[in-house]
Amino acid sequence: MTATWRLVRLALRRDRIVLVVWVVAIAGLAWGTVQSYVSLTQTEADRIAAAALVASNPLSRVFDGPASGPSVGAMSMNDGYKILGILTALMAAQAVVRHSRRDEETGRAELVGSAVVGRRAPLAAAVVVALTACVAVGVGVALAVGATGVGWTGAWAGGMAVAGAGWVFAGIAAVASQVFGTSRGANGAAAGALGAAFVLRAIGDLTGHVAPGGLSVVSAWPSWLSPLGWGQQVRPYFLDRWWIAGLFAGTTLLLVLVAAALRGRRDLGTGMVGAPHGPARAPAGLLSTTGMTWRLQRGVLLVWVAAMATMGAAFGSVGRTFADYVAGNDAMRAMLETIAPGAAPLDLYQAFLMAFLGVAGTGYTVQALLRMRAEEQEGRLEPVLATAVGRACWLTSHVLVVGAGTALVLGSSGLVGGLAYGALTDDWSGASGILGAAAVQVPAALALAGLVVAVFGLLPRWTSPVAWFALAAALVMGQLGEILELPQWLLDVSPFTHVPAVPAEPFAAAPLLWLGAAALALGALGFAAFRRRDLAIPG
Amino acid sequence: MDQAIETRGLTKSFGRTVALDGLDLVVERGQVHGFLGPNGAGKSTTIRLLLGLLRADGGKATVLGADPWRDAVTLHRRLAYVPGDVALWPTLSGGEAIDLLCALRGSVDRARRDELVDRFALDPTKRCSSYSKGNRQKVAIVAGLAADVELFLLDEPTSGLDPLMEAVFRDVVREITAAGGTVLLSSHILAEAEALCDAVSIIRAGRIVETGSLAALRHLTRTTLHVTTRVPLDRPEAWPGVFGAEVSDRTARLEVGADDLGGVIERIAAHGVVTLTSAPPTLEELFLRHYGDALARLDGEREPAVTR
Ligand SMILES: Nc1ncnc2c1ncn2[C@@H]1O[C@H](COP(=O)(O)OP(=O)(O)O)[C@@H](O)[C@H]1O
Ligand SMILES: [Mg+2]
Repeated sequence: MTATWRLVRLALRRDRIVLVVWVVAIAGLAWGTVQSYVSLTQTEADRIAAAALVASNPLSRVFDGPASGPSVGAMSMNDGYKILGILTALMAAQAVVRHSRRDEETGRAELVGSAVVGRRAPLAAAVVVALTACVAVGVGVALAVGATGVGWTGAWAGGMAVAGAGWVFAGIAAVASQVFGTSRGANGAAAGALGAAFVLRAIGDLTGHVAPGGLSVVSAWPSWLSPLGWGQQVRPYFLDRWWIAGLFAGTTLLLVLVAAALRGRRDLGTGMVGAPHGPARAPAGLLSTTGMTWRLQRGVLLVWVAAMATMGAAFGSVGRTFADYVAGNDAMRAMLETIAPGAAPLDLYQAFLMAFLGVAGTGYTVQALLRMRAEEQEGRLEPVLATAVGRACWLTSHVLVVGAGTALVLGSSGLVGGLAYGALTDDWSGASGILGAAAVQVPAALALAGLVVAVFGLLPRWTSPVAWFALAAALVMGQLGEILELPQWLLDVSPFTHVPAVPAEPFAAAPLLWLGAAALALGALGFAAFRRRDLAIPG
Repeated sequence: MDQAIETRGLTKSFGRTVALDGLDLVVERGQVHGFLGPNGAGKSTTIRLLLGLLRADGGKATVLGADPWRDAVTLHRRLAYVPGDVALWPTLSGGEAIDLLCALRGSVDRARRDELVDRFALDPTKRCSSYSKGNRQKVAIVAGLAADVELFLLDEPTSGLDPLMEAVFRDVVREITAAGGTVLLSSHILAEAEALCDAVSIIRAGRIVETGSLAALRHLTRTTLHVTTRVPLDRPEAWPGVFGAEVSDRTARLEVGADDLGGVIERIAAHGVVTLTSAPPTLEELFLRHYGDALARLDGEREPAVTR
């Protein structure tokens, strides 16, 4: 156990910046969410109207959660939980993988393991670090929310809900780190579990029923299968269900015990799935720059195509239902018509949906481009560039694969969404609307890709934070820009602001050409800078 | 053009750290050139400049007659690089990683590749994620040494190899030079350099402090004599060319400069030699002379670093 504490201290030292940033950012988001509700809903009538809308609107049930009455605290914690819970879960899962599987991958664990350290000590230390970080986030959220003056009991319940989701995903990541032989695999599995948890919760909340009074929702059972659902069901400022803390802690304990047992049954550096052996010789398809890049990029592309096609199918298939609902709900209609006044409800729905899926799908673009930085930072690019592969050639191969992949990811959500809608309604002109709405997102996604390439060339250390920040900013501006009343010049910074709201608006080529030009200019800047700079080499 | 590598006043800084401080390095073609220095001396930085992976702040480097920054791609077809701590793709098998790196360089000798995999007792079907440090190193060595190229840049290539594999490595390097290849071998293992190198350059804090053939460098070192004489030696430390002496009755241990060895032996002979052994100069001593008490610090640095 002494070894575990030494490893914990070491891990905290390595993570001192990244964990502090996570805690501050998540607590700051919690504060901002409550503040925006405080300023948006000034009167009791405002609050009741907002709660009634959230309770009855299927989109808010999917993306926010179960409405929990008209208090500012309850509404902001219900709306904010999706982001707070997901971010905390990501932080916890990544911390566990970083200090367990990833250390085995880099050989750092080999060094530590040859010192006098128990076989399970690194895993124990990784879990301790992640759980502690979650508690810090929970306390930070509680303090931030309480400080806005909406009351302390709900604030602590909210902090508990956020920390609890982090705990469970730390446990899931601990198991995934034993099962998968690579940190990429373990992180991917944890992210997949997070996606599944979101979908289960969304289904449970969507299929729940509105409680008498019309201001809150009783979720259906699928919500209770999801750790994110448990977090939503804490219902701060409404029910304050403290017993859910026991559910979080018990599940976490169980997962950690499973991970420890699995660790005892395997050798250092190996996983439990994935063949330990591969071909003795490389297949011909691998033996070129493009072949190598495709091999490195194909996994993430396939996962995203599958995920976005599923999302497209799910949202596409409810198009008619939703359009009918909007047609009969003036408040909802007024809100959607801010996109394009006077457009038909179905067109509005499709434009709104794809504006969201377009930014979400750009998550693929960012993640796949950051693979370049990982290759460089983790030292795998050095031996490649010491061969006859030029820098421009290597960069081109990644940019082309990711560019085509972006079109494929966005296209598949539109295509499958359109097919699902068309098959259910036989309205094939409406179906083509979804595909068009998806296609116009591609130039905006590529403009953001251009930014990532530019930063990779100019300020490589900042690639990952800038890329994710840009994506998050685009998402916030797209979804909340109007509500937060952000100034137009700020909204104009996001490439997605310039995308025509097809099919609610007529198609316009000029903004898309401008976005394409911006993508090319930024990309060219990145190429030029990358060819001139030092390679970053670890160690 | 009989110089494979030539650098003049090469400088490189990372922020406030000066890694290279006017480096002049010349490697003749056909040589195995040892590039010796403790950790942090600037060996890897030099090699990365020679590969065009880093850009020099000042000075000039020529590799196989070309500019390593401007002509990187064409140059890389004619050389092979083995890094000291190689990172590989976790999901590729060792065999795939070797084939990929060879193919990207362009020159593959399949038979040679298979032979080396065999001789280094590497299982090419294992995933890179499950290789130990030593096995990852073997992948890099096979991928580099299987190349049919003019120049080999090896940066502490044997770190993590067991003694048996080190012997195989030495054989392979000898075969390379027998076939006319040039090797720049960076190392802090002196025995390795002594066994393999025709010439060595010693780098300290980003500068070459000593360079020459092994024979010439040995000349600079001191031979240790152990003698037993009939008559005890009388204050030998005062003799010209003697740098240190311990006398106890009729046995003595003397450190003698190479130039004065003859004279010292004549003086000893006058005392009636019973036994005389001489220990040849080693690079170890050469090193000690350049680093002196810095060596204690150097040993500290060789401890495995746990934090990065
Ligand atoms: N990318 C880098 N960033 C900052 N400092 C570096 C970098 N690479 C090397 N250095 C520093 O330059 C010096 C020389 O390092 P290096 O060439 O790796 O030495 P060696 O290979 O002889 O051990 C060291 O002080 C090292 O810390
Ligand atoms: Mg080095």
